[in-house]
Amino acid sequence: MKHIVKIMTLLVAISALWGGLLQISMVPRSHALLLPIYFVVCLGCYGLLMVGVGLMQFPTCPQEAVLLQQDIIEAKKYLKPRGVDVGSD
Amino acid sequence: MEDKNKYSIIIPTYNERLNIALIVYLVFKHLRDVDFEIIVVDDGSPDGTQEIVKQLQQVYGEDRILLRARPKKLGLGTAYSHGVKHASGNFVVIMDADLSHHPKYLPSFIKKQLETGASIVTGTRYVKDGGVHGWNLMRKLTSRGANVLAQTLLWPGVSDLTGSFRLYRKSVLEDLISSCVSKGYVFQMEMIVRASRKGYHIEEVPITFVDRVYGSSKLGGSEIVEYLKGLVYLLVTT
Ligand SMILES: Nc1nc2c(ncn2[C@@H]2O[C@H](COP(=O)(O)OP(=O)(O)OP(=O)(O)O)[C@@H](O)[C@H]2O)c(=O)[nH]1
Ligand SMILES: [Mg+2]
Repeated sequence: MKHIVKIMTLLVAISALWGGLLQISMVPRSHALLLPIYFVVCLGCYGLLMVGVGLMQFPTCPQEAVLLQQDIIEAKKYLKPRGVDVGSD
Repeated sequence: MEDKNKYSIIIPTYNERLNIALIVYLVFKHLRDVDFEIIVVDDGSPDGTQEIVKQLQQVYGEDRILLRARPKKLGLGTAYSHGVKHASGNFVVIMDADLSHHPKYLPSFIKKQLETGASIVTGTRYVKDGGVHGWNLMRKLTSRGANVLAQTLLWPGVSDLTGSFRLYRKSVLEDLISSCVSKGYVFQMEMIVRASRKGYHIEEVPITFVDRVYGSSKLGGSEIVEYLKGLVYLLVTT
């Protein structure tokens, strides 16, 4: 099944649920009518929250850049006398 | 480590004269008791990358470093399939030449594969012990945004979709290449999403990613549009 179909199915299921809710009028109709808007807002908030949390916890590794520089020096030291052109300095 | 496995490390290059020498040295340093070959797919780099590869062949042997050049810049996606055609190993590693992918992680890819029997081991930057260095806030924001969007819409089952440091069982890579049509940046994402849909066993290992020291990132407005198109494409075709 194509993935878009899965997502559509999910959306249809949610709409059906909402339709049912409207029918049985368990909650006041005016509230129930607003539910899709809440849903979209929640989805947006979830996305923003995830991006925000991801940004705050973005794993960084400054020490790796230092290690890499050491590796580069080591590699040049090995390769240069063996006839590989690794530039000056 | 296991003696019957052979690993073909495919490194596509375009103007990586200095980097290719450094990366080859580091691969040989970190893969001591493993049977491997390095396949450099160079697209006629004007900076003389191939000349350096030939010098490296003199040091390490022409059977360990294979130069499989193409006449002109034909793009990354086809560079992989070109490299795979010449691979003699039963496993293939794909990595960038620009030192963003450090060869010191190769043993952990191999170990993970041996432990789990996975068909694909993919490097992920967004977990404990992983990380990125050298990105500004904008770059981080686009990366996180792209990731959240893809995770929410595609449910791929892997945490890092656009990373391209991966180990594949060769037959699996061949299968994936033949079913992927995207180009450039989206290609990596399509490969892993299709792999996940096809039910291949995928494992992850943490890697760190140090942005290339020279030149700036190419992730501009057009890349973002390409990415969104790729996302929609994957939504309707996988
Ligand atoms: N053979 C071949 N290699 C390529 C081509 N384009 C890029 N590459 C190589 O593919 C690897 C990844 O390319 P990069 O330019 O680093 O792409 P990137 O990591 O998305 O972008 P950066 O931010 O610049 O690092 C490098 O090893 C390049 O040399 C191409 O058209 N042909
Ligand atoms: Mg790069």
